[in-house]
Amino acid sequence: MNYNIILAGVGGQGGLSISVVIARAAMAAGFLVKQSEIHGMSQRGGQVLAHLRIADTEIHSPTIPMGSADLVLAFEPLEALRYVSWLAADRGVVVSAKAPIRNIPDYPEIDAVIAEIEKLPRHRILDAEAIAKAAGSAKSANVVLVGAAADLTPIPADLIEKEISALFARKGEAVVQANMRAFKDGQAQFVH
Amino acid sequence: MPEFVFSGDEAIGRGAMDAGVSGAFAYPGTPSTEIMEFIQDNLDAYLARLSEAERKSVVAQWCANEKSAYEAALGASFAGRRAMVSMKHVGLNVAMDPFTNSALVRIRGGLVVVVADDPGMHSSQDEQDSRILADFARVPCFEPSDQQEAYEMTRAAFDYSEANEVPVMLRVTTRLAHARSMVRTKAARLPNALAKRADSKSWILMPDNAQKNWKTLLEKNIRFRRDAESAAIMKLRDKSLGIITCGLGLRYYLENEDDWAAAHDGARPSHLHIGRYPIEGNKIRELAAHVNKILVVEEGQVFMERFIVGVFPAPVPIMGKLSGAIPEDGELSADSVRKALGLAPKSALPSPGIRIPRRPPQFCQGCPHGDSFSALKEALKDEADFLTASDIGCYTLAALPPFNAVDTCVDMGASIGMARGASSIGQKKAVAIIGDSTFYHSGMTNLLDAVAHGTTITVLILDNSTTGMTGAQPTISPGFRLRAILEGLGVEAEHVRELEAQRRYHEANVAVLREELAYEGVSVIIMKRECIEYLKKTRRT
Repeated sequence: MNYNIILAGVGGQGGLSISVVIARAAMAAGFLVKQSEIHGMSQRGGQVLAHLRIADTEIHSPTIPMGSADLVLAFEPLEALRYVSWLAADRGVVVSAKAPIRNIPDYPEIDAVIAEIEKLPRHRILDAEAIAKAAGSAKSANVVLVGAAADLTPIPADLIEKEISALFARKGEAVVQANMRAFKDGQAQFVH
Repeated sequence: MPEFVFSGDEAIGRGAMDAGVSGAFAYPGTPSTEIMEFIQDNLDAYLARLSEAERKSVVAQWCANEKSAYEAALGASFAGRRAMVSMKHVGLNVAMDPFTNSALVRIRGGLVVVVADDPGMHSSQDEQDSRILADFARVPCFEPSDQQEAYEMTRAAFDYSEANEVPVMLRVTTRLAHARSMVRTKAARLPNALAKRADSKSWILMPDNAQKNWKTLLEKNIRFRRDAESAAIMKLRDKSLGIITCGLGLRYYLENEDDWAAAHDGARPSHLHIGRYPIEGNKIRELAAHVNKILVVEEGQVFMERFIVGVFPAPVPIMGKLSGAIPEDGELSADSVRKALGLAPKSALPSPGIRIPRRPPQFCQGCPHGDSFSALKEALKDEADFLTASDIGCYTLAALPPFNAVDTCVDMGASIGMARGASSIGQKKAVAIIGDSTFYHSGMTNLLDAVAHGTTITVLILDNSTTGMTGAQPTISPGFRLRAILEGLGVEAEHVRELEAQRRYHEANVAVLREELAYEGVSVIIMKRECIEYLKKTRRT
């Protein structure tokens, strides 16, 4: 088993913490992990990218080779498109938030961006922010997305939940509960 | 054996503590910053296993710059304790003087120099390869291929340094420094005791001694080459291709090895992995005698490949960066190695049909630098000619729209020197923009030059109380001492102006900037307001 996730977003969306949550849950499930991220200059409102590799045998490259990603988990739709060519042609899935972050002057038409995601053979687009807000905190949009992608990964959902509560534990029970609801509401979006 | 998930930087930090380091010294710089952060964050647990008396003799300190950090580590080593200094690749340029010279003295406590290179320049100004500088200084260099090796090699580097009385460089690159994987740690070793006063003759690099020491170092290099040779791992297998990997290159090669085997009836290339330098080269010759061609996989500049190729024709074709098989610039990757191995790319989804614009970094919401540059732009609006020399830090982002407000950014502390030089030969309105941390790092000496020669310059010190770009580490000196430092350097008190970098003071700040731009002499304007990241970080802790 070998499962490769690209987490894509914009600085400040919590992409790197989410990468840690999924990595910890994968380890709790008994998998090996390798995780790669870039710090420094790129943190300042620019594109943020993390690679997470999960496997039951030794993982070599710290980054995911082109055509080897199983999942692009995007906290912003333009960022989802940026990494499409990393997705394996026969199995790659995009799970993306709908709301754009337009902090650049040449941001394309949002409809065109969404249309490009919809052209992909396997995709899930959701209004993560609205779902998060309804669950109690707009800040949990990233957790909604993890919920929406959870069944695609080899990691049992309860282990991911456990790591999410651990991440927010020091912020108090209300925040933990809002994130638990965000995760479950995200999950519910694509369960048939 | 306990298991942890560590980044390469964290593995090095843990390795140093488990090796019994007494003094860790650094200046922040991506991708090396987290080494010191890890040691500082885990210092209490480290101290807890030491005796009461011993606890007072362990430090993990941010320093003014890489040179001062290096020299502190050297002193700690002379006193018999283990010391580590960590920095980014361009930081080694700043520490080059103590680095090259300390190779000639008899190192006592293990001295490990960790240098994190940034190929691809994610957060840097160049791609220089520190292996070349280790070679230049005739110092042994260890290069791990993953986080586990980063931990083990850090420990081994201390032992090797002590056994051979020489500083040892540990070289990593961005992907190793910032990627995480599981690391198994081993039993920790206690710090060295403070050594008795030694015969210090070898520490005095006067010509007589230095001449002897240089010979000794060259003799030691015979042993370094032999030891690196025996550490290199050779697998003689298929004859059609020999692979030589260095450091992290090993992982990018192994990522593709199964696919190569599948395409070659199960055969695997012959393979030599090199993790230490300098090397004798016997195994390279042995490999060349066994295979029809060789591919060199190394991250960074062309180092091993050039060593192998030389001037005379090689016995077999050598492929790599010089041959064009792997790009000479940027990061190495599993993809570039795959192509060099002659394997077809994996089948990927096609790129989207619309153009995806880049999303460059920008000032954080509410960043004080935005207000400083707005004021500066307005103050310079009616000037016919001016030069805005910037420096290394978040404020360089003012080079991008909407500010387009800086003309240069070259190296740490350079803004003041460049503005001064330009002004001295006739440039009007030469402005230097520098952060507080960068000013303490290497801006002060340039200001001293300006005062000494009475050069007309306007210096903006953006004092945000922290080293912002690397994640808000403390600066070496608090903001309240800045005026005294400036006056001490000889800047006239009435031309040290202190402003709040706030939008609501915009008009008043512009007026002060105009006054100082009109002044013929050295003037310094301190634009003060705390970094947003720093505020968030202090609120968290």
